[in-house]
Amino acid sequence: MVRFESVGLRYGQAAQAEPEVLQDLSFVIPEGGFRWLLGPSGAGKTSLLRLMYLAVRPTRGRLSILGADIERAERRALPGLRRRIGVVFQDFRLLSHLSAYDNVALPLRLAGRPEGQIRADVMEMLRWVGLLDKLAARPAQLSGGEQQRVAIARAVICRPRLLLADEPTGNLDEVQAERLMQLLKEMNRIGTTVVVATHNDAMVARHVARSLRLDHGRLVSA
Amino acid sequence: MARPSRRRRALLRPAGFDELGLRRALSDRMLPFLVAAMAFLAALAFAGAVGAASLAHHWREGAGASLTVQVPHGEAPATGQAGTRLAAVVALLRGTPGIREARALTDDELAELLRPWLGSGVERLSLPLPAVVQVRLADASTELGGLAPRLEAAAPGTLVESHGVWIGRLTALARSLQACAGVALVVVAAVASAVIAVATRAGLAARREAIEIVHGLGATDSYIAARFASRATLLAGAGGLVGAVAALPVLLELASLATPFAGLQPDDATQGGLGVLPPVLWLALPGLPLAAAAIGFLTAQGTVRRWLRRLP
Repeated sequence: MVRFESVGLRYGQAAQAEPEVLQDLSFVIPEGGFRWLLGPSGAGKTSLLRLMYLAVRPTRGRLSILGADIERAERRALPGLRRRIGVVFQDFRLLSHLSAYDNVALPLRLAGRPEGQIRADVMEMLRWVGLLDKLAARPAQLSGGEQQRVAIARAVICRPRLLLADEPTGNLDEVQAERLMQLLKEMNRIGTTVVVATHNDAMVARHVARSLRLDHGRLVSA
Repeated sequence: MARPSRRRRALLRPAGFDELGLRRALSDRMLPFLVAAMAFLAALAFAGAVGAASLAHHWREGAGASLTVQVPHGEAPATGQAGTRLAAVVALLRGTPGIREARALTDDELAELLRPWLGSGVERLSLPLPAVVQVRLADASTELGGLAPRLEAAAPGTLVESHGVWIGRLTALARSLQACAGVALVVVAAVASAVIAVATRAGLAARREAIEIVHGLGATDSYIAARFASRATLLAGAGGLVGAVAALPVLLELASLATPFAGLQPDDATQGGLGVLPPVLWLALPGLPLAAAAIGFLTAQGTVRRWLRRLP
């Protein structure tokens, strides 16, 4: 479950604080829920996702992610929580010096999974995203769509409880975008909470679900 | 499921999986070279400390544990007893607890002793030279407070010359040399640590994005710090090994030059054997790579953990 209660976020040190990029956000996404995250550029969608994947802590208010109070959680408690959250970034954020296989295997290795148990899961995941023939390729050797699929495989290989995607279809053609949506919905069907930030109105129209709409850092509809 | 080719399988899990790309970020060129230079200097500083300690020991155990007794008119009859004044003094010394040996120098030895000041043929100068007794103490710390009056009673005018004052000064000199070498060792270790810290910070800056990605995927501070520490330990250890090996021939040469001061026979040096190096240096040299590796590990751990605190 994700719970925001009067959450505000500002970047920078307190002494030279910037204006709040997110203001008074209050909403709940139940476990297994699916939400579109909508709004114009600069509305605060990426900042909201950053709060959810624990890249920043709220400046004020109460934030609960997967049952943990983030504003009060000790720093050492966060890595374990992060391993239960999968993220698909707009710019993929793959490690350029690693192969597709190693990029996908990374979360399992970070979780301390024995090497012998990793291979089968990674191969299955690469097969799922249709990249079994590209497992040794580095990101630079892959197309934008292929990199996106590697990023998705990495995000879901640990079977996260919360899956976040920031403009996941931005680099994909219609067919690939539709295929990605099917993957996300499949994850959602097996109980993963999914939040997808997008500008793709057609996609939103085709896959009807509840949405969170932001404008100038405020939630205008939920 | 399609089966990957043999080549692809080989690429699946390269040996020494380097998820942060530290092989490029922490280069195996500059850091080991600098650590090798530090290790080389540390070896010289440590050898200096060992040499100074050895000199101090020899001085204390040699001159510090000896006395020189001058007996004027040594061949004259002793006061109130049979025999010469010299024989009486020698007998008294040999009977004193704490004295291991008392031996009167021969005329030839006396002439040899004076040769630097009076030249050869001292015996032809007919100078009234005192008899000289060389005394070896059982221990450098032996106290012989009542000896001088007793010698004076047996042979008036007898002088006891203890080497304690100038031995004390030389020992203080040796200790100050040891302290300087110790300070040099500390400075070298600090510089090595600073070099490793700078290299680690450069690595952190170069791999910032990769670190943030791995951190976001749930890597703990310990995990990330361990990757850096592992790399820094390897490079610093390698540098320490190179420095220690490079220092060995230099130390052997220096030890050969210092042989006369270390109480060894000149033959030991001319043979050029490895035995001229004190055993403690043979123990310290293999310890240098280990010390460098330990400095690398601790510095990298501290630097990375401090840096990671800026991440949430």
